Amino acid sequence: MQLVRAHVLVCGGKNCTASGSEQVREAFAKELEKKKLDQEIRLVETDCHGFCEMGPLVIVYPEGTFYVRVTAEDVPVIIEEHLVKGRPVDRLLYKAPVKEDEIPKYKELDFYRKQHRVALRNCGSINPEKIEEYIARGGYASLEKAIYDLTPEQVIEETKTSGLRGRGGGGFPTGLKWEFCRRSPGDLKYLICNADEGDPGAFMDRSILEGDPHSLIEGMAIAAYAIGCSEGYIYCRAEYPLAIKRLKIAIAQAEELGLLGDNILGTDFSFTLHIKEGAGAFVCGEETALMASIEGKRGMPRVRPPFPAQKGLWDKPSNINNVETYANVPMIIGKGADWFGSMGTEKSKGTKVFALTGKVNNTGLVEVPMGVTIRDIIFEIGGGIVGGKEYKGVQIGGPSGGCIPASLMDTPVDYESLIEAGAMMGSGGLVVMDETTCMVDLSRFFLNFTQSESCGKCTPCREGTKRMLEILTRICEGEGVPEDIETLERLGRVIKSTALCGLGNTAPNPVLSTLRYFRDEYEAHIYDKRCPAHACSALLVYTIDEEKCSGCGRCARACPAGAITGEKKEPHKIDPEKCIKCGSCIESCKRGAILRL
Amino acid sequence: MPEAGCAQPAEDVQMEKELQDLFAKWRGVKGSLIPILQGAQEIYGYLPKEVLLQIARELKLPPSRVFGVVTFYAQFHLEPRGRNIVRVCLGTACHVRGASKVYERLQDEIGVGDGETTEDLRFTLETVACLGCCGLSPVVMINDDTHGRLEPENLKGIVDQYE
Amino acid sequence: MKLTNREELKKYREEAQKEISARNAEEIRVIVGMGTCGIAAGARDFMTAVLEEVNNRNLQVTVTQTGCIGMCEQEPLVDVQRPGEERVTYGKVKPSDAARIIVGHVMHGNIVEDLVIARFEEV
Ligand SMILES: Cc1cc2nc3c(=O)[nH]c(=O)nc-3n(C[C@H](O)[C@H](O)[C@H](O)COP(=O)(O)O)c2cc1C
Ligand code: FES
Repeated sequence: MQLVRAHVLVCGGKNCTASGSEQVREAFAKELEKKKLDQEIRLVETDCHGFCEMGPLVIVYPEGTFYVRVTAEDVPVIIEEHLVKGRPVDRLLYKAPVKEDEIPKYKELDFYRKQHRVALRNCGSINPEKIEEYIARGGYASLEKAIYDLTPEQVIEETKTSGLRGRGGGGFPTGLKWEFCRRSPGDLKYLICNADEGDPGAFMDRSILEGDPHSLIEGMAIAAYAIGCSEGYIYCRAEYPLAIKRLKIAIAQAEELGLLGDNILGTDFSFTLHIKEGAGAFVCGEETALMASIEGKRGMPRVRPPFPAQKGLWDKPSNINNVETYANVPMIIGKGADWFGSMGTEKSKGTKVFALTGKVNNTGLVEVPMGVTIRDIIFEIGGGIVGGKEYKGVQIGGPSGGCIPASLMDTPVDYESLIEAGAMMGSGGLVVMDETTCMVDLSRFFLNFTQSESCGKCTPCREGTKRMLEILTRICEGEGVPEDIETLERLGRVIKSTALCGLGNTAPNPVLSTLRYFRDEYEAHIYDKRCPAHACSALLVYTIDEEKCSGCGRCARACPAGAITGEKKEPHKIDPEKCIKCGSCIESCKRGAILRL
Repeated sequence: MPEAGCAQPAEDVQMEKELQDLFAKWRGVKGSLIPILQGAQEIYGYLPKEVLLQIARELKLPPSRVFGVVTFYAQFHLEPRGRNIVRVCLGTACHVRGASKVYERLQDEIGVGDGETTEDLRFTLETVACLGCCGLSPVVMINDDTHGRLEPENLKGIVDQYE
Repeated sequence: MKLTNREELKKYREEAQKEISARNAEEIRVIVGMGTCGIAAGARDFMTAVLEEVNNRNLQVTVTQTGCIGMCEQEPLVDVQRPGEERVTYGKVKPSDAARIIVGHVMHGNIVEDLVIARFEEV
């Protein structure tokens, strides 16, 4: 009798059979018999190894060689190479998994290296629907400290010293705002959180509401204590159903533990919190319009003064801050104003969350100390431009902000530097643009937005934005006239200085800033009837490069307007009269023979 | 008022009851007009004229005031709407990443334009400026589901999931 | 239960901390990023697939959720934490990856190399 010199174990577990181990086993049986090896090599079927995602599994003893994802076709190779020649088949070997310490830590990723998460401290690490996780990480300790150890004046002083400024747009010093409201006469005062986040391209508030709602609630409770409010509202846009759901859960949990409601933590401080769902109007992000909306009216802004701190919701003194502003407060009270003030620049303290979107590789939310440069954010954290295209500029601050061109990439992001560069911090949306974005088209896009969101109360905004939009549309369609640029600038200046609220005051910003930095693009549209970014379809001409065209006819079939003709195997032609400039032909051409000029 | 002897359909009775419950819930609460409108729209799917008049009566407000609020906010609708609300984001981040192509294709798929409803009431198409999901642009939201990283090609498969 | 003084809050916190560290010492946890971005990128389908794997194999694994960590580009994101080991983040996971993560990492402690992004830590 011959000695068995090797065992071949084939897994017969349920999952491996499903992925074909039966066939593998049969192949072995047949092949071993054919090669007359069936006496010296024994075939064994085994039970599941629990490693089914790598199945079918084959183990060869005595070496214990572990083969994964084996198919019937691999069997002759294993027999020939391994069992006959003694050389294990590399490509089927199970690779040892990576070791823990070979994997980078978050801090070692480019995306996080320069980040410093204060407002987003818990987002992505805790379960937002469990208050105990928030409390276990020190949550509500700052509220406790404030109401037991500090007077309201001390809380305000600490906030003032920290240098915290509003994260919702204007950058007004938060402590000062609280002080105004505290000093306003009246017993009943309201605390409001602006969670309307209407600025397209920004989603940091949503992330906090969804990922760490208690940080907002704690911040609001501290502010309420400092100002002397017993009632508060969170005005959240209806487009955020998940945020509203998580907020409701969080408020109920905080009430249950006595961290909201009457006699918080056994003191005589009481504070109740309500949620108001927005109803879809950008202008309701403006503070006076927001209050009108909470009162159940049309959300129209009104003239300030009186400021909300004097006469706000239901004519009572009110304080309104943004979500991110409040989320910073527990950290300031907990770790102290000096700690907070050690981050950021001289006048812009702390960190800011930016929503990095558009043509950048790593889109996402980034929180950095203020003062880092745009270059750092886009190229280091963001990993540069998608597809290696050329970076053109970044739109910052949404429809109220402006475009900062590539040449000013080293501008630090803080309130003052951005204003100086013709943009503004806004809520912190950064939309990155590459060479294929047309700046005139982008201005038109923003004007279209502000124009349709204008509430219509004041004339400069209602009529002025309409005229500007008409002019921009005309330019994009190739009908611009030389006076247009000057008219845009004049209209912009007038609207900025005469509109009633922030919406109108800032609406011309995208136009004015692109006129400042990308004037040549406007001129190309107006004088040469050309769109340098090849984005304005009315100004494009499609042609076929005869050298490259093979006459395959794909483009002619793809063209919905029947504008392309030509004999088979002969260069085709596009009839400019019929062409609707949809671009389908470019997508269909395999040889890159169609040009867009 | 229904004619005497002519029974109201059960559905109407149910909706009427829900409306009364809604009124009861908000009675005496300040600033309740908008939440009541939101609730009523939830019940009826839109805001029929009779319901608006009822709300005005309940809150002792002039109907013009109620109507003014309804027309101010994009969220309120005076016409019946589709079973599925498709919202295409045309916000900045989505715009820069090709939302207009997605929007065009969606119009073709569904067969209606902005703010319109299909005849079978299956879909209403709307445009919005940012759904807060800009990192995955371009984005479309159908009912409460957000769909991101869209290409015109995968729209059909997504739309087909909604009856 | 209402907390009516500082001591009670302190005690509540300590108990929560104890419970969480006990949990981390005993349970294997799979944490799915369930912010709007995550869900839009398919986190809900992934979560369903994970639950299915866990149920089919009768495993003692806690599947929970968290908010958005900020890396939208890598969504859906999921973390795996085994007792005494580091929390590891995977990105761009598809429902079809659930089995690999559950069998490879959760059951056998083998990190799935092609999906892994980083070891979780506070930033
Ligand atoms: C048209 C317009 C829209 C606004 N939208 C928002 C918004 O969505 N979220 C926000 O926090 N602030 C918004 N603001 C700014 C608010 O009016 C207000 O300044 C801010 O909520 C104050 O909070 P802060 O001091 O914490 O920044 C908007 C302002 C204007 C003029
Ligand atoms: S711009 Fe489309 S989701 Fe924000």
